[in-house]
Amino acid sequence: MPNHNTARYTAEEEYPDLEKHANHMAHCLTKEIYKKMRAVQTPSGFTIDNAIQTGVDNPGHPFIMTVGCVAGDEESYETFADLFDPVIEARHNGYKKSDMHKTDIDPDHLKGGENLDPKYVLSSRVRTGRSIRGLCLPPHCSRAERRKVEQISCEALAKLDGELKGNYYSLKGMTDKQQDQLIEDHFLFDKPVSPLLLASGMARDWPDARGIWHNDKKNFLVWINEEDHLRVISMEKGGNMNAVFKRWCTGLQLVEKHMKESGYEYMWNPHLGYILTCPSNLGTGVRAGVHLKIPKLSQQPKFDEILKKLRLQKRGTGGVDTASTDGTFDISNADRLGFSEVELVQMVIDGVEFMIDLEKKLEKGESIEAEVDGLKQK
Amino acid sequence: MTSAWIKSIPVAALALGGAAAYMHNNEAHARLPPTRQLKFPPSADFPDLTHHHNIMKNHLTPGVYAKLRDVVTPNGITLDQCIQTGVDNQGHPFIKIVGLVAGDEESYEVFKELFYPVIKERHNGYDPETQTHPIDLDASKIKGGQLDEKYVLSSRVRTGRAIRGIPHPPVCSRAERREVERVVTDALKGLPTELAGKYYSLTTMTDAEQEQLINDHFLFDKPVSPLLTSSGMARDWPDARGIFHNDKKNFLVWINEEDHSRIISMEQGGNMKSVFERFCRGINEVEKLIQAKGWEFQKSDNLGYILTCPSNVGNGLRCGVHVKLPKLSQDPRFNDILEKLRLQKRGTGGVDTAAVGGTFDISNLDRLGKSEVELVQQVIDGVSLLVDMEKKLEKKQSIQHLIPK
Repeated sequence: MPNHNTARYTAEEEYPDLEKHANHMAHCLTKEIYKKMRAVQTPSGFTIDNAIQTGVDNPGHPFIMTVGCVAGDEESYETFADLFDPVIEARHNGYKKSDMHKTDIDPDHLKGGENLDPKYVLSSRVRTGRSIRGLCLPPHCSRAERRKVEQISCEALAKLDGELKGNYYSLKGMTDKQQDQLIEDHFLFDKPVSPLLLASGMARDWPDARGIWHNDKKNFLVWINEEDHLRVISMEKGGNMNAVFKRWCTGLQLVEKHMKESGYEYMWNPHLGYILTCPSNLGTGVRAGVHLKIPKLSQQPKFDEILKKLRLQKRGTGGVDTASTDGTFDISNADRLGFSEVELVQMVIDGVEFMIDLEKKLEKGESIEAEVDGLKQK
Repeated sequence: MTSAWIKSIPVAALALGGAAAYMHNNEAHARLPPTRQLKFPPSADFPDLTHHHNIMKNHLTPGVYAKLRDVVTPNGITLDQCIQTGVDNQGHPFIKIVGLVAGDEESYEVFKELFYPVIKERHNGYDPETQTHPIDLDASKIKGGQLDEKYVLSSRVRTGRAIRGIPHPPVCSRAERREVERVVTDALKGLPTELAGKYYSLTTMTDAEQEQLINDHFLFDKPVSPLLTSSGMARDWPDARGIFHNDKKNFLVWINEEDHSRIISMEQGGNMKSVFERFCRGINEVEKLIQAKGWEFQKSDNLGYILTCPSNVGNGLRCGVHVKLPKLSQDPRFNDILEKLRLQKRGTGGVDTAAVGGTFDISNLDRLGKSEVELVQQVIDGVSLLVDMEKKLEKKQSIQHLIPK
């Protein structure tokens, strides 16, 4: 909510102390930009101070260069373009204001990925997020809006059948037994503890209107009202990334179709693609990844360089804020915007095949120098 | 009560051209921008408090919420901002938390349909509609006050004060928080010798200074309790937060922690009278100094001193000791005795902790409806009695005749 005392203080007096900060927002938010943005708000009342709060409260992170600002609604990216445009450019490899994003969710365009070696690839997963146009995003939404997101999503999901037929488990209403099962299946999400997320306000009113939907086969999963309106996840054990992607594409498109029948649609535009809460997820919002056992390769001094060239990123198997404990890494695409879904998943498939070859060579005591030196930046 | 604050706008704000905006927003009950308000009816936004245990829940009916959802205070603060902490923290059936904060001084009036019954429940039936709160900071009225130091390890009096015209920590902006820091630190510079000291900003203190403040048990850190963080009071940490203490290290002021300011007088041992004397002198001096610059503390006839949490209105006074009561605390009558003496126990780590080794933090239970002098006297008399009981139990004598009716 806007504080009516804004007029009583100058932008200089309000400007945050970002001296010790190292995140994209801190690098882009000059005093001049702040002054300009402070004079406006989105139609739903989201302000620049709302947008940057998470970046002010969290100066930096040891493992990742954080974005440090969030959108409260679709209009945020327009109203505060003077901040979001340079942040997007910095975070998404020089993506310009005039660039157009391409969407491609046709699984037939994907090559290979049917049998990544299960000795190394423990599991495969593709996720993205979607936002429902006309309703504010998790940092800013009211309880009524959040409940509306839940209602719209559940109605669409209820129409899925065949392989995708499933059930919704509201966080508020689930029984202890259901909760235990969801934990065992590794489907349950809990109230976030990361200060990056809490500071943005997305955990307000927990667990109201939050829930998990999954199909009976337990390989297609939708999170409602966690960090985004919807997170759509396809996963399975082993290395058939192709099947995972195919199911994901089908599911996503069917859910959208059903929502449109009720008069709703996703937030999307030709420049930024799919609109999500965090600028880092714009475009495709896709994170396609595997849990990969590479104890030898990950110890190599050039490991990070290899990942960079392959346009991949590593995380611990606990997710974005964690470290690896036993040589098993979560490896996924580093990009979101400027590449299509198919392109990104292809990069993961190709990159993982490459890394498995290197790991096998290292197991046999062979050198990998030639392969590494010959690797070109994708 | 509402007209009093209009007169206290500092000249500086008028000079900034703030007067126009301020007067425009002077309606006590301005409406929210139409986009938000018309989208959904209040019933769609009513929080689910089915499994909650807090005082806010007991009084936030759908009717009250519907009436107040679209109302804002002159500072633009909404009811949803005030109740967020109570919605986010379910509470516990055995521990009565308030679940509500005041975004500004005006919240208590603008949202009185909720705040007044909450205050009534929290403060033993005190009715803000009809009652007046007594203020008395004349330490000379205290009788006795030298407690037995074999049992009483330390004595402490704290309160809070808020600066009129500036919203509270849950919702204030960075500029407002910095203004509070400026106003209070300016005043502290003018304190007389016994109370004079140094301000340590959390942003700029050196490692050595931080070490020293930790050793002295003066340092406060970014809160971790979700009761506090979900209210929004930890935003922008550590900007404009800091600690002042005098050279003698027995008078301490916290700036922009849970309230604009927390004022603390303390010392080792049991000389509560001296602690309270210094406390009164310090507060009265600070008040004079801010008034000289055109500022005031937030205060009203019916609610006394206004602070962030409704549990602290009145005098915001917590007067307490760390006292060794290993035998008495094991006695099944202990809690009952405390209740009769209008005292509460805490662990020596503070509000959310448990006692260690039979040493307790014992302080006054009440805030609103009794003056500072009354409450301090109550603690002095009560702790003296507890110590007498402990001594009797040591000698294996009965304490039955000592227990208050």
